[in-house]
Amino acid sequence: MTDTAEPEVHAAGEPLLDLLNGFIVELREAGLPVSLTENLDAMAAIEHIPLEERETFKYALAATLVKNNAHWRSFETVFEVYFSLRGAKYGIDDDSLDPDLADLLDDAENDGAGEGQSGQSGQGGGDALTPEELQQLLYQAMMKGDEALMRAIARQAVKRFAGMEPGRPVGGTYYLYRTLRNLDLDNLLEKMMEQRRQSAEDAGEPMSPLEERLEKDEYEHRVEALKKEIEAEIRRRLVADRGVEAMAKTLRKPLPEDVDFMHASREEMVGLRKALIPLTRRLAVRLARKRRHNRKGPLDFRRTVRASLSYGGVPAEPKFRHPKPHKPEIFVIADISGSVAAFARFTLMLVYAISGQFSKVRSFVFIDGIDEVTSFFEGVEDVTEAVHRVNTEADVVWVDGHSDYGHAFEVFHNKWGKEIGPKTTVIILGDARNNYHASQSWVIKEMQHKARHVYWLNPEPKSYWDTGDSIVGDYGAHCDDVFECRNLRQLERFVEHLT
Amino acid sequence: MTDPRFESVAAVREGLRKVDYLSDEGIAGIVYLADRLQKPILVEGPAGTGKTQLAKSVAEMIGARLIRLQCYEGLDEAKALYEWNYKKQLLRIQASGSEGDSWDVVEDDLFSDEFLMERPLLEAIRSEEPVVLLIDEVDRVEVETEALLLEILSDYQVSIPELGTVTAKQIPLVFLTSNNTRELSEALKRRCLFLHVDYPDMEREKEIVLTKVPDITDNLADQVARIVRSLRQLELKKSPSVSETLDWANTLMLLGVEQIDSDTAADTANILLKYQSDIAKAVREFAADKQGARQFAPGPK
Repeated sequence: MTDTAEPEVHAAGEPLLDLLNGFIVELREAGLPVSLTENLDAMAAIEHIPLEERETFKYALAATLVKNNAHWRSFETVFEVYFSLRGAKYGIDDDSLDPDLADLLDDAENDGAGEGQSGQSGQGGGDALTPEELQQLLYQAMMKGDEALMRAIARQAVKRFAGMEPGRPVGGTYYLYRTLRNLDLDNLLEKMMEQRRQSAEDAGEPMSPLEERLEKDEYEHRVEALKKEIEAEIRRRLVADRGVEAMAKTLRKPLPEDVDFMHASREEMVGLRKALIPLTRRLAVRLARKRRHNRKGPLDFRRTVRASLSYGGVPAEPKFRHPKPHKPEIFVIADISGSVAAFARFTLMLVYAISGQFSKVRSFVFIDGIDEVTSFFEGVEDVTEAVHRVNTEADVVWVDGHSDYGHAFEVFHNKWGKEIGPKTTVIILGDARNNYHASQSWVIKEMQHKARHVYWLNPEPKSYWDTGDSIVGDYGAHCDDVFECRNLRQLERFVEHLT
Repeated sequence: MTDPRFESVAAVREGLRKVDYLSDEGIAGIVYLADRLQKPILVEGPAGTGKTQLAKSVAEMIGARLIRLQCYEGLDEAKALYEWNYKKQLLRIQASGSEGDSWDVVEDDLFSDEFLMERPLLEAIRSEEPVVLLIDEVDRVEVETEALLLEILSDYQVSIPELGTVTAKQIPLVFLTSNNTRELSEALKRRCLFLHVDYPDMEREKEIVLTKVPDITDNLADQVARIVRSLRQLELKKSPSVSETLDWANTLMLLGVEQIDSDTAADTANILLKYQSDIAKAVREFAADKQGARQFAPGPK
C-alpha cells in the first residue's frame, strides 16, 4: 500500500502494541482461549506484517490467536472494531469521501455515456446527487459489479440515510435498517434480473433456467456484499463515536457452541446448523475410536499362535479379543411445542447423524398428543428434511396444541410401553412445562423399571426448573439423571456420556 | 540461524503462482510469517481444498526436498522418529563373540549412528539440505501420540536417550494438515500458526480451473466456477471440493462441452457430488423441467 500512510497511523493514537493488548483482552472477554504464548506470537507477527496490508495483517493475527475456525466470526468482529479506523484508507474522512465518489462517478458516467444512459453530471460530488440519481448509480454499479463504486455508494448511503447522530444511544441495527429501507434492495434485485432477462432476449438468446438461476445467485451475492459494506461503514462510524471498548462490548456475541437453543436468532440458528455437521462427524469418529480401543477382552488363541511364528514359536506377544461393545437402543421422546422446538430439532438431528453408534433409534414427538416419527428418518439421507417432515406431518395435537406431558406419556405407555426392554435407553427432551395438567409421572417410573436408562434433557437453565408450571422435579425423581442442555457444548457432552 | 527464505508476502504469492498454486493473502501471509517466526503451520479445512498441495507447492517453490509423514491410528515413535536396527545389533553382538571384543566396546558401538534407522521426523531434522516437512492428517493419531511431535515442533530437536539431543542443522518449514475429525490438543495448537483453508471464492476458483485444466475456455471456466459456487450455497452433505471442481471441468472438456446447460449439469453432477441425496437436491434446484428432477429422485424409478 502507500508508504505515506505509515507516519500518519502512528501519529493517530496509541502505539500499536497497546492497541493489540486491548484487542487480546477483548478476545478473551468474548470467550476465545488466547494463551500467553499466543499473545507473544501475535506481537512477533505484527513486526513482520505492516498494518497497511490489512487483509494479510488480519490473517496473521488470526493465525497466531485463533486456533479454531468456529471462532473466526467472533475474531473478525472484534478485529473490525479495533482496527477498522486504522490506516489512511479506512479512516472516516467525509471530505475525501465526496471527491472520491465524484471521481468514480465521472468514470461511471464515461462508461455509461457509451450506452446512452448519461443523464446528469458528476461535477458536484456525492452530495449534489438527488436520491434518485444515487439509486440509479447504485443500479449501474451493481449491474457491473464495480466494487470500488459500490463501496463509495455504501459510504454515501450511510452518511445520507442512516441519520447517525453522535451520542445517540441506538444500536447499529437501527441505522442499518434505515439505510437499507432507503436503498430498497429487494426491488433493486428484481430490477436487475428484469434488465438481465431483457438484454438476453434482445440478444436473441433467452436465458435457460440454469442461467437465470446463476445470474440470480450472482446478483444476490453482490447485494450481500453491499450490505456488508454498509454494515462495516456503520460500525466504523459508531466506533468513531463511542470508542473502541464500548463498541466491542455491545457487539460481543456468544461462540456458536455457547449459543442458547431457546433464544437463538435466525442467524445464530444457521450458524448452529453449520456447526452441527462437523460436530457429528467428530463425535462419530471419536465414539467409533473409543469403541475399538476399549479394554482388552479374553485371549485370542488363534492370533496369538500366528504372532508367535515371528518369534520362532514363542508366544511373546499375546493377542486379545476385543470385546464386542454393547450398542444401546435409543428411544427419543421429544416435546416439539413452540418453546422448545429448536432444541428438539437439534437433538433429533444429532442423534440420527450418529445413529450408526446405536443398534436402533426410535423417535416419538408430542405436544399434547404423541406420534411415532421413526419412519420419517428411515432410508433418508437428509436428516434436515426428515426433521422438517416431523414438524409438519406428525400428528401431535390432541386437544388444543398446548404441551400436556401427562397425556402424551399416558398414550405412549398404552401404545408403545411394552416395547421398552432392558437394552433400551430412553431420552426425554422437554422443559416439563405442563400447563398445570396432571403429571402422570408413574409412566416414567414404569419406564425406569424396564429400561436400561432414562435420561431427561431440559433446555432451560437450571435456575428455572420447578418454577411456574415446570414440573421437571416430579419426572426427574424417576429418571437416572436430568441434564441441563442449553447449547451445543452441553449436548455434545451428553451424547458422549450416552455411548 | 537460517536466513529468511522469502522477501515479502507478495513474493510468496508470486512464487506459489509460478508453481501453479494460486494462494490468497491469508495463505501467502501465513507462509511468509511461518518462515519469519520459524513456526510450523497447522493447516485445517474441508477435504480437497489443497492442504497437502500447499506443502508440496511450497517445497517446489523453494527447491527443497519434501519429507512426508502420513499419520494413522497407531503411529508410534518407531515409525515417526527413529528406531534401533535390532537385527543388525544382534549380528554385531554375534560377530563380536568370534572376534573377542570386550563388552564395553560392543556396547558403545551398538548405540551408534550406524544402527539408527531414521524415520521422517528425525530425517527432516538431520537433513543438510533444505527440506519441507509435511505431517499429513495429524488428527488421525491419538492424543497421546501427539506428544511425540511437540519437541520437534517447538525446538526443532529430537532427544534420543542413548545418543543425546539431535538439533536441527537448518530449520525446516513444517506443515501439519488436519481434517478436523477431532479436536487437536491445546499444546499442539499453541505451537503452530493456524491456517484455515476454505473453499476459494469464485474468482480464485475460476483462476484455478484456468491454470489446472489445459485449453479450457474462459467462458466455460467462468460457468464452472459459478455453478460450483451456487452448489456450495445449498445445504449439502458434502459440498464439492476444489479437486472435484477440477475433475468436473476436465470431464466437460473431454465431452467437448462448450456451454453448460441444465441437462449437461444434471448428467455430470455425479462427478461433483458424492451422495445421491445431494445430487437429487442439486438437480432439483437447477433442473430446467421437472422431468430431469424425477430421474434422480430417490426411490423406485
